[in-house]
This record gives sequence, C-alpha cells and structure tokens, in this order.
Amino acid sequence: MSPASQLSPVSGEITLEGGDVITSGSFGRMILEVFLQSRLATIGLGVIVLMVLFCFVGPLIYHTQQIYNNPNVATQTPSLAHPLGTDEVGYDVLGRLMVGGQSSLEIAFAAALMAVSIGVVWGAIAGLAGGLLDAVMMRIVDTLLAFPFLFALILLGAIFSTSILELIIVIGLVAWLVPARLVRAESLTLRVREYVQAVLIMGGSRRRVLFRHIIPNTVGTVVVNATFQIADAIIFVATLSYLGIGVPPPATNWGGELASGLSYIADGYWWLIYPPGIAIVLTVVAFNFVGDALRDALEVRLQRR
Amino acid sequence: MIGFIIRRLAQSLIVVLGVTIVTFILLHLLPGSPVRAILGQRATPLAVHQLTVELGLNKPLPVQYGIWVNNLVHLNLGYSYKLDQPVTALLGQRIPKTLFLVGTSLVLALLIAIPLGVLMAVRRNKVDDYFLTGLSFIFYSMPSFWLGILLIGLFSLTLSWLPYEAPQDQVNVFSQLNGMVLPIATLTLVTIALFSRYMRSSILEQTVQDYVRTAHAKGLSKNAVLFGHVLRNALIPVITLVGLCLGGILSGAVVVESVFNYPGMGLLFYQSAVTDDFPVLLGVSVVVAVATVVGNLIADILYAVVDPRIRYV
Repeated sequence: MSPASQLSPVSGEITLEGGDVITSGSFGRMILEVFLQSRLATIGLGVIVLMVLFCFVGPLIYHTQQIYNNPNVATQTPSLAHPLGTDEVGYDVLGRLMVGGQSSLEIAFAAALMAVSIGVVWGAIAGLAGGLLDAVMMRIVDTLLAFPFLFALILLGAIFSTSILELIIVIGLVAWLVPARLVRAESLTLRVREYVQAVLIMGGSRRRVLFRHIIPNTVGTVVVNATFQIADAIIFVATLSYLGIGVPPPATNWGGELASGLSYIADGYWWLIYPPGIAIVLTVVAFNFVGDALRDALEVRLQRR
Repeated sequence: MIGFIIRRLAQSLIVVLGVTIVTFILLHLLPGSPVRAILGQRATPLAVHQLTVELGLNKPLPVQYGIWVNNLVHLNLGYSYKLDQPVTALLGQRIPKTLFLVGTSLVLALLIAIPLGVLMAVRRNKVDDYFLTGLSFIFYSMPSFWLGILLIGLFSLTLSWLPYEAPQDQVNVFSQLNGMVLPIATLTLVTIALFSRYMRSSILEQTVQDYVRTAHAKGLSKNAVLFGHVLRNALIPVITLVGLCLGGILSGAVVVESVFNYPGMGLLFYQSAVTDDFPVLLGVSVVVAVATVVGNLIADILYAVVDPRIRYV
C-alpha cells in the first residue's frame, strides 16, 4: 500500500474519483490492472503459466516411462539421454518432475478450491445469520483453529489412507477455516448495507441475499485467499510426503520426489535434491507474488468503497 | 479488563474441550483397532476381546470420553499402547525438549526479524530491500524439511562442523549443545521467514502516519524518529503476530524434530500417529491446543497492556 494510493481519494478531483469508482467495481478489471502495474505479479503469473505448461504439456513433447522401475539405469548423472539424470529406481528425473508436478498442482488447486468453497458458504451464512448461529459456527472454527495445521494434517492423514483424492480432502478439511473467518467478517459488513436491506424489505429471500449479493461481493477476498491457499497446499503436500503420508508409487509429487531424493544427500546425488525443491520454491513464490499484489490492490479498492 | 480476561478464559476452556471432543471422535474413526495394533494380526479372538474390555474400548463413545476427561482432570492421561509408559511421563520428558527448541528459536527469530524488518522498511524499494524480501520469500516457500537437510548436507556432511542428529533421549540437551545448533537454526530461519513479511509492512504502515510527519517537522533526526516513535508502535502488532504464528511454529517444530530425530513432542505425535497410539495422540493434542489457546490469550492481554488505546469491553 503506497502512500500515494492512500492520499488519492482525498486529493483527487470529483470527476476523476467518479471514474475510479466505476472501474473499481469490476473485479476482472481490477485483476487486469494488478498485472499491468505490478512487475512481481506479472513474473509470478508467468512462472505459474510456465509451470502448468511444463507439467501438463511437457510430457506430450518429452516422452518418458514413469510406471515401471528400471534398476539398470538407477541414479545416473545427468546426460544427453536424461537431462536431469535418473532417480533411485531408474525413472528419468525430468519426466518425473512433470508427472510429480501434475499431482502437486492438481492437489493444491483442488484443495484450495474445496477449502475456499466450504469457507465461503460457512462464513457467509454465519455473518448473515448473526446471533446464536453465528456464535456457534465461529466457535467451531476457533476450536479447529486451535489445532496447528500440521498436527491436524498428520492426524487426518493417519485416518484416511492416501490417494490423491484423499489428500485433497484432508488438506481441504483443514484449510477452510481461514477463508471462513475472512468471509464472515466481510459478510458482517455487507449485510447492513442499504442494498441488502432493500432486498430483504422487498421480500427477497435470505438465500437470494446470500448467493446473489453477499457471496459475489466477497469474491476479491476469496480469490486472494485462494492464491495463498494454493501456495500453502503445495508445501503441505510436500511435508506430508516427507512424513510418509503421501501418494504411494508409481504416483508421485514434488514433495515425494524431494523427500526420497534427500535420503541420498550423503551420496552427492544433487540432481535428485535440487530440481524438485526448486520447482516447489518457484511455484510457491510465484503464487505468493500474485496473492500479495492482488491483496494490495484489493485493500486499496476496499478503502475507496 | 478483568471481565475481558474472565470471558476470554471461559472461551478458551470451551475451545480446548472442543479440541478434545474432535480429536476423540477422529481417533475412533481410525481404521484398525489399537488392540490389533498391540497384539498383532495373529492374536486369538479371546485375547483381542480381553484387551478390548481391559482398555474399555467396548464401552459407548460418550462413556469412553467421559472416563478420559475425568482422568484428565486428575492429570492421568492414560498409558501409551506402544511405549510402555504413562502418557504424562512421556509428555514430561518430551515437552521441555520442545519448549527449549521452540523457545530458543522464537527468541532468536524475533531478535533477527525485528531489525531486519526495520532495515527492509527503511531501505524500501532499494536493492537491499529487494534482496532481503526475495530471500525471506524463498525461505517462506521452502519446505522446512528441505531446508533442514540442506543444512545437514552443508554443515555435517561437507564441512563436518556439526552433528547431523540432535541429542537423543537420555542425553542432557545442554551437555551436547552443538547438536542443537542445526535444529534451532532451521526452526529460526523458518520463523524469521514467517515474521519478516509482516514486520516490514507493519513498520511501513507506521512511517506514513501523521505523528511521524510531526516528529520530522519538529526537527528530530531520522534515527530518533525511527527508534523513538516508529519502532515502538510497529512492535505492538508483533505481539499478536507471535500469538498467531504459534501454531505455525509448532508445526515447524514437528518437521524439525523429525528431520533431526530430536525426541520432542512433535516427533512423539508423529510417531504415535503412525502407530495408532491413541492415548499419546490425545495427550499431545490437548497440550498443543492448550499451548496455542493460551498463547493467543496472552497475546490478547499483552496487547491491551502495551497499547493503552486498546480497551476491551
């Protein structure tokens, strides 16, 4: 938040401000502005697009065999045939990185979507309802938040067996609490707005208010949070894989590759350790850049509102 | 103020009770009964039945929960299925170890992150700010187990300066402090990365306030404004930050403890989860929940003490 943006509503001319209000009403426009203005956000978006292309289009161009073990070619140093070498069971590391990235990204996107969906509905209902229901719903959130994320993930990971779907559910079940709080706070301020009151007075149902007026207005907060959720989920998946609560082979993810590569640190197999780690860091940093820029833009917009 | 503290205490108690109920229900969803886990797959049905009755696992869930809470009030957390020790004894050994790890790292992290945040804010949008911001982003985005093992690779394997494992069970931690350097360094770096992002923006937020302009207008030197006015006000949110980040730091401790095989509470929790050791899982859950809740409570109260403008009703 730069000082200039804080001052503009005060010093700006009336016509200019009027124009601002109209443009800031469009969320798509806001996102476009963010990427035009923030270099970091643009870089972040670029990295994300490249990573998605690498993981999902890469295997179509760079064909590797990622199902059967091949001990004859295990732990080879990078060469022309294997640009990033091979791992302990003979998989090509570059190809493995693409396959692992697919599940890392899929799990992260799906878990963030699930977390945000539960959180939005929960938070919006609590905020709109108020009173006892709100109190009970938010105490439930407080209770679950008292449990540090990783502890909850380990506990849930021990209960569910591990497939990609179950990992998504486990992370989603833990991560919805923060968006629930954020959306509830916003829903509290939205429900006393004139237009919401007007809908209710005109006989509009609460469900209509919830889905047509409150939830759409929280979209900014939600998108920002979802961006951070994706970043966090990639790390969670990696950490769970390290702790042995990951997807079983031949399926893999960046965290699993990193974790199994790390057992060879004393052997100097650097190509098993750095590529998956760097892929994780790059992707997580990229999502954080985008999230930060979106949040800054949103805060300015909320101030103008 | 007193009223606020009492109300927050009552709320905290409800939260802790809620955590025990949720954990209790979750644990009974675990596949495979702990009896099978203790006796093995080839136990006779009679033995299985006897142990089930002995452990009280045949009683209805609410009754089992009631018994457990009653014991908890008497500070009896049951007996570990796997480690042949009372849970309280296990916790007694493990909690001080985790406290030492987390406490030292937290203090070190604050000592480093606060000046770092000041530096980043003062030099904002200059090369050193970009460098430090970039660095903290990278540490924030690194899986902490990777960081820990890279440190082991550098300092234990390549340079042979430090041991790759933390002091083990029977060893007094203070007699092998060099074994604690890497675990503490890892957790400190993770915690700094958690903090510094907030520190920088917290200080930046203060630098645009009116009182800062007034102080400059009075002719105070840059340093006097920074340390006398900006820093003092920017430190207030740090209290809340520590409270909020407590869960994250404890999660970090789990990873650090498993990387360095440090026998603290986090490692205990993880190992118990893998071996379905219900009583230990429940015991650690309660301790962790109490720690988080009490941490937040203290943060809330301190916040009001430090900043007289904040009044709770």
